[in-house]
Amino acid sequence: MGFILSFHSMNMRILFLFISLLFLQPVQARTIVAGAGSSIPSLTKALLLAEDGDTIILKSGTYREGNHVIRKAITLLGENGAILDGENKHEILTISGHDIKVKGIRFINAGYSALNDFAAIKLVDCARVIIENNTVINAYFAIHISNSNDCTVRGNSVSGTPRSEQLTGNGIHLWKCSGAMIDNNHITGHRDGIYFEFVTGSTVQRNQSERNIRYGLHFMFSHNDHYTNNTFHNNGAGVAVMYSHQVTMTGNTFDENWGPSAYGLLLKEISDSHIEKNIFLRNTAGIYMEGSSRIQILHNNFTSNGWAVRVQASCDGNEFRENNFFGNSFDVATNGTMVLNTFDRNYWDKYEGYDINHDGTGDIPYHPISMYSMIVEQTPSTLILMRSFMVTLMDKAEKAIPSLTPENLVDNKPCMKPNKK
Amino acid sequence: MLKLSRYVLYDILRSKVIIAYALFLGVITFSLFSLEDNESKAILSLLNIVLIIIPLMSMIFTTIHYYNSYEFIELLLAQPMGRGRILLSEYGGVAISLVTAFWTGAGIPVLLYAFNPTGMALLFTGTCLTLIFTSLAFVTAVRARDKARGIGMALLLWFYFALIYDGLILMILFTFSDYPMEKATLALAALNPIDLGRIFIMLKMDISALMGYTGALYKQFFGSAQGILFTTAIMLAWIIAPLLIALRMFRKKDL
Amino acid sequence: MIRIEKIHKRFRRLQALDDISCFFGKGQVVALIGPNGSGKTTLIKCILGMVKPDSGQIFVNQLPVEKDPAYRASIGYMPQIGRYPDNMRIGHLFRMMKNIRQVPDNELDTDLLVKFNLVSLFEKPLRTLSGGTRQKVSAALAFYFNPDILILDEPTAGLDPLSSEILKEKIMEEKKKEKLILITSHILSDLDDLTTDVIYMQDGKLVFYKDINTLQQETGEEKLGKAIAHVMKTEKREALWIDEVLADKK
Repeated sequence: MGFILSFHSMNMRILFLFISLLFLQPVQARTIVAGAGSSIPSLTKALLLAEDGDTIILKSGTYREGNHVIRKAITLLGENGAILDGENKHEILTISGHDIKVKGIRFINAGYSALNDFAAIKLVDCARVIIENNTVINAYFAIHISNSNDCTVRGNSVSGTPRSEQLTGNGIHLWKCSGAMIDNNHITGHRDGIYFEFVTGSTVQRNQSERNIRYGLHFMFSHNDHYTNNTFHNNGAGVAVMYSHQVTMTGNTFDENWGPSAYGLLLKEISDSHIEKNIFLRNTAGIYMEGSSRIQILHNNFTSNGWAVRVQASCDGNEFRENNFFGNSFDVATNGTMVLNTFDRNYWDKYEGYDINHDGTGDIPYHPISMYSMIVEQTPSTLILMRSFMVTLMDKAEKAIPSLTPENLVDNKPCMKPNKK
Repeated sequence: MLKLSRYVLYDILRSKVIIAYALFLGVITFSLFSLEDNESKAILSLLNIVLIIIPLMSMIFTTIHYYNSYEFIELLLAQPMGRGRILLSEYGGVAISLVTAFWTGAGIPVLLYAFNPTGMALLFTGTCLTLIFTSLAFVTAVRARDKARGIGMALLLWFYFALIYDGLILMILFTFSDYPMEKATLALAALNPIDLGRIFIMLKMDISALMGYTGALYKQFFGSAQGILFTTAIMLAWIIAPLLIALRMFRKKDL
Repeated sequence: MIRIEKIHKRFRRLQALDDISCFFGKGQVVALIGPNGSGKTTLIKCILGMVKPDSGQIFVNQLPVEKDPAYRASIGYMPQIGRYPDNMRIGHLFRMMKNIRQVPDNELDTDLLVKFNLVSLFEKPLRTLSGGTRQKVSAALAFYFNPDILILDEPTAGLDPLSSEILKEKIMEEKKKEKLILITSHILSDLDDLTTDVIYMQDGKLVFYKDINTLQQETGEEKLGKAIAHVMKTEKREALWIDEVLADKK
């Protein structure tokens, strides 16, 4: 090196670059086979040897080598049965770079740290990293991504060991990212299945998030994101989305999110968003919204929920159109008398009106809030009287002479048949 | 005892009223299931029938039957048979025929269309309520010598359990809305077999709502194995206690 | 066979039975007579255990009535009004009673069933029967188990003369078998040839209990009705009832 540096000639520098490029060409195509039975027995060593563009193939076997760091643009492929074990002490894989791909590896027993958010796979300051078809078992955080752009997490299976909320990290955790693609993952047993904070322009699709301690999906301050065709099933408190705008949620299924404060979908301070063609099935509350504005809620199915929709009085300009309501204990509940949201052309199975002019919508408006639901709102313990003869009579009386229920919460054109779209 | 019940049963099962009752239940239930494309809505309507019509029918039918059988009961009393045996035979005959009518009318369609936990809970509750209100009707009928008075008392009792009692609960809940009333409400509800049956069915039907708020407590209580045991025990107590009272009164009574 | 000791029974304001004591033995046919509300039916119901006396005791074949209902196996009872389950058939009724009493077939007395021609009606539901036919059923049932004691409450009321005659003959026959027969009846002429003893009750009191010969001798009247009327005239004028009965007869 001293020899080269001693020359200050431009030509020599060009020559040097040319020579090094000649050397690099064959290196780029290099494949390193590491692990049991190979000349490179450890992944640590393989990672040291690897240069940008290399592919490391990790042979089947269990590797307990503590923490691995990837900074180079390499591909790490696990053979069937390749296991990285964190021995409940270490963060297993730390990635900080770009154009890196990790595929087909089983991560087990990543360590827990109260100070650092230890993860099975952690991405810091990355770009275009792909995490694909891996399995993560028993980690604190499974996949933790921060300050990264255009990363993809696809086809991974993540299952945690649920402890308390503090001792369990999130399944797929993104903080301050953009352009992320979270696709076709299965997450269970974590605190939040998928967690987004300050994540923009990203897509979450085809994931299954179930039986997580807190939320199946949780995002805050994350704008312009798309959530499509995911299933959120039986999570501690359902799905919570907060303080975001321009969110699109379509084709998702929210089901069996049960509990005193569990929601299929909790919307808090969400605005200018679309919630379309989702299925809300057997949740304590299908959608609970608070401080939310200008959301289009269209073509959703609400079936067998305790409350299909709970709209707090702090919401305005939301539009419920052409949704179907089947077999919910209560269709709509609200805590005030001011209603600034519109209901239009929904199908309500409790509607008892008629359609003389055969235009497909009922001739008398439908008031989806029953007197009893107002009473339950005020005095929750009256829930014990649900479906009693007295409540039926009371609701019928209220229908005839409305006095307590908000008069302008009304669907003027209730559909006679369920909307099919 | 069963020997005698058999004849009572034989007689009642041929009565037009009981056949009409079974037919009524059958027509209603079948049409509910076939007209409603939404099964849960049919179940809901059926719930009202089970909670309202069945207690009413059980009480009125039992009362009228008792008064109509008065002379026959007298004749039986002239036979070498204890009074307890006679009343229990009558109870057995009436209860079994009402339950049979319920199962033929409502049971078959429910088994066909809604063979699920809600449907089963409905049939369980319907059966229990039939037995309970037959029991209660025996108390009023044995107590009142006069037929009109007996029917009046039966109606009043039904009205109390079906409507007034819930009104009272509601008033209590409003009055003490600032206090934790869940456990007290639970106890209150258990003291009315109609409420108890309703909650039992609700646990299957409205489980989602019940999981919210205070409902979780009800769910926890009634939904657990202990709760189911508790429900069954209370239902049994509601069948047996009035029957014992009726028996005691009948033993002492001058006919 | 039946011993009644100091029976008292009060229904609210009405003293239905006031210190009744008497004994009925084998071979007696006792006519219980008295105005409406005099306590005849109450006395019968006491014997059958349907009404519980306030005080006093009744023994049937030495057994106290209130203890074990088994004593009723030796009693055949024909009620004043026979009403039966609507949809039960006559055959069923008899089979049921047989079931309850557990009397073997060869000890059954089917005399009245045959004479009243009820066997042909065995398949008829009881609700379709006329009052008279129901009365026949009641009578046949009372004699069916060949009991030692027969208690017949207004047996001939509602029966056509022919059937009434058949029943009377039957009672005569049973009398010959040394059975105890208690009869209440308004129609005193029906009792004429049957009765061995007469009890006259009024306002819950036993006014007299005499055998028919004594009664006939005392009054000099052959017919029971006239004998009673005679007694009443000599004692109290209250018994307007007896005048009515006698007036009916004329």
